[in-house]
Amino acid sequence: MSQTQKQNDGAPILTVSNLNLHYGTAQALKNVSLDMIRHQVTAFIGPSGCGKSTLLRCFNRMNDLVESARIDGSIRFNGDEVNDSATDVISLRRRIGMVFQQSNPFPKSIYENIVYGLRIAGVNDKATLDEAVEQSLKNAAIWNEVKDRLNDSALGLSGGQAQRICIARAIAVNPEIILMDEPCSALDPISTLKIEELIEELKSKYTIVIVTHNMQQAARVSDVTAFFYLGELIEAGGTRKIFTNPEKKQTEDYITGRFG
Amino acid sequence: MKVFWKTGEPYVLATGAALAVILVMSLTLIGTVMTNGLGYFWPRALVQFELKDGSRVLGQITQQEKNPLSGERRLQLKVGNRDIFGQDFRWIDEKEITARSLPADAVLLERREHGNYFGMLKDVTAEGITLTAATPYEKLQQARKLVAGKIDATAKIKKQMSDLNYAAESIRLKLQKLEYDGKEQNATAIAELTAVREKKMAEFTTLNEQATATLAEIGKITARMTDAAGGSKEISLTEIIALQRPNSMSFLTKCGAYLERVRELLLDDPRESNTEGGLFPAIFGTVMMVLLMSVFSLPFGVIAAIYLREYARDGLLTRMVRIAVNNLAGVPSIVYGVFGLGFFVYGIGGSIDSLFFPERLPTPTFGTGGILWSSLTLALLTVPVVIVATEESLASIPKGIREGSLALGATKFQTLTKILLPMATPGIMTGLILSMARAAGEVAPLMIVGVVKLAPTLPFDANFPFFHMDRKFMHLGFHIYDVGFQSPNVEAAKPMVYVTTMLLLAIVVIASSTAIYLRNRMRSKYTTSTF
Repeated sequence: MSQTQKQNDGAPILTVSNLNLHYGTAQALKNVSLDMIRHQVTAFIGPSGCGKSTLLRCFNRMNDLVESARIDGSIRFNGDEVNDSATDVISLRRRIGMVFQQSNPFPKSIYENIVYGLRIAGVNDKATLDEAVEQSLKNAAIWNEVKDRLNDSALGLSGGQAQRICIARAIAVNPEIILMDEPCSALDPISTLKIEELIEELKSKYTIVIVTHNMQQAARVSDVTAFFYLGELIEAGGTRKIFTNPEKKQTEDYITGRFG
Repeated sequence: MKVFWKTGEPYVLATGAALAVILVMSLTLIGTVMTNGLGYFWPRALVQFELKDGSRVLGQITQQEKNPLSGERRLQLKVGNRDIFGQDFRWIDEKEITARSLPADAVLLERREHGNYFGMLKDVTAEGITLTAATPYEKLQQARKLVAGKIDATAKIKKQMSDLNYAAESIRLKLQKLEYDGKEQNATAIAELTAVREKKMAEFTTLNEQATATLAEIGKITARMTDAAGGSKEISLTEIIALQRPNSMSFLTKCGAYLERVRELLLDDPRESNTEGGLFPAIFGTVMMVLLMSVFSLPFGVIAAIYLREYARDGLLTRMVRIAVNNLAGVPSIVYGVFGLGFFVYGIGGSIDSLFFPERLPTPTFGTGGILWSSLTLALLTVPVVIVATEESLASIPKGIREGSLALGATKFQTLTKILLPMATPGIMTGLILSMARAAGEVAPLMIVGVVKLAPTLPFDANFPFFHMDRKFMHLGFHIYDVGFQSPNVEAAKPMVYVTTMLLLAIVVIASSTAIYLRNRMRSKYTTSTF
């Protein structure tokens, strides 16, 4: 980690201001403004359909794939506008990695899964790729489990392992931010625990934004929590504060399980 | 009772019954074809009957049935000797028969013309060679062995002659072109080529004389035969293709004869207006046509499907195109044939002729049916199958896989080539298998765009440019129609129809199983179970 990055800790890496998003006529995000701090874990919580995943997918412009989606407002990543048509989406996605709810390893070997992002970026040097594979698998805490079968198909892995492969795949291209869209919702408690420990480790190198349904998880792993309801950001703040002393009644009702 | 209907049991029974009916029908079809086809080459006994009226008949029993008029049992005999008796087959009522025997020395001669000859071998007139063997049969075999070398030599001469002929023909076409371009300015070239051509023609004539002389020499050696009716006939050695004494053959010799016939079937040219001999040109034509068809339809189909599924906006137009493509698969194949004739043969082929071969007109080069146009017509016919299969398999790839690739900074094209297409390959292969099976079985459209009863040359040979796309070709499906229903001697051709059907089925099965094998290999590569 470079000196400048360290100094930048505490400064926002992603700044969302007045963001509105419509799917056709339905408004999915209403005037959302939020800062994501570098090298912190930000958790988005809220009931289903509250727009938290939609917001996450705005950060790396995955909503471009949805034809009916219309966005206005601003998202700044290191000061650059994400929604600008001049923005290079390819390099943006390389700098903002993403892990999905369903683990989605490609039907290739574990090795090829990890180096996929590098290969499509034009890296083909064997030594570099080998180094990247070892490093990212170690960072994703799965090196010891798969180091002897790197050439086996990634489809043969268990759900938890596959999800960690997807995390390793995302960090192999060395992004600044990792977006996680309910990464543990399809996993058993032990795999979930492993992923949560992993998030704790990754925090020192990457900025993490995680969407979760599981409030205990948000409480365990995040530094900042944002609560969404019906497309609106109700409340955002330090996780401890949100869970112990929320300012808004809706937030309190949700985290105490009175609705949602 | 009501409960019984509610359980759904009757419906399960109905589905099972439907399956059973289909199974029985398929097995009957395959069984009929196999028993009739496989049995054809087995050397059958030559049975001699003595009838009440004192006459004698020698032949192979082909069928037994009840006479529909008199109710008596009767036999169908293949009596051969078409040139003498006028027909190959004869019905005999069983009550007419006084005695039957299996003469050990009854000979079956396979002849180049007029079908088989059944009879007794009396003697061999050996002119120009000395025969030492004791019995006439052994003498005949010895004579055949002695002249085998000469026959090979004439075959080689024939090959040289056809090469010379081909060379002379290409020179003639060149001359035609030169003359068309301007007689005066090309005068020297024309003179040179004419000289070369005349030299080739002279060589051709010499070789032809040689071959004719050799054959005439062999032709002097004859076998004197008598048939069951008492007539006798001299049969020249050049006429005889094979001989056997089925009544005195051991099981192993019969197996040998059987294998020899199978070899002939697979590797030789047809004889006697396709009812005898081999099927090699038809097998070759079918396989080459199907392969060419795949070369055209696979890339086009896959590319069209990729555009439809991945790039086209899902609007009214796309939906209409998709419906149109699906309906194309249901258009009667003869319609494609007519379209192929109008568009490919007369349209494109005619234009090629007037642009590149104007000197040959009015003789068409590409402006007539040929293997290229047939393959293209069938490619058109099968491309919807490939499109539908590719689209389906692209659509069945989980959304997460695409997003996973895009989220790593892959472009749409990279995602397509590196992830989606490899994953869709098994589905695409399924489409290819279906289209190949369909193409191999189509006859109707081919009849008007390039299939012929007998093609003198294969569409692929040693002469440059090796693939002769303009040539007409033979096809097993058309062969079945032609031999079975257009032949003057339908009864004699019947076994050939079964054999041809069997071969066509075999080719489809082989092609499909190869493709299925490849597909399964890919499938196991791309979809290992997650559990």
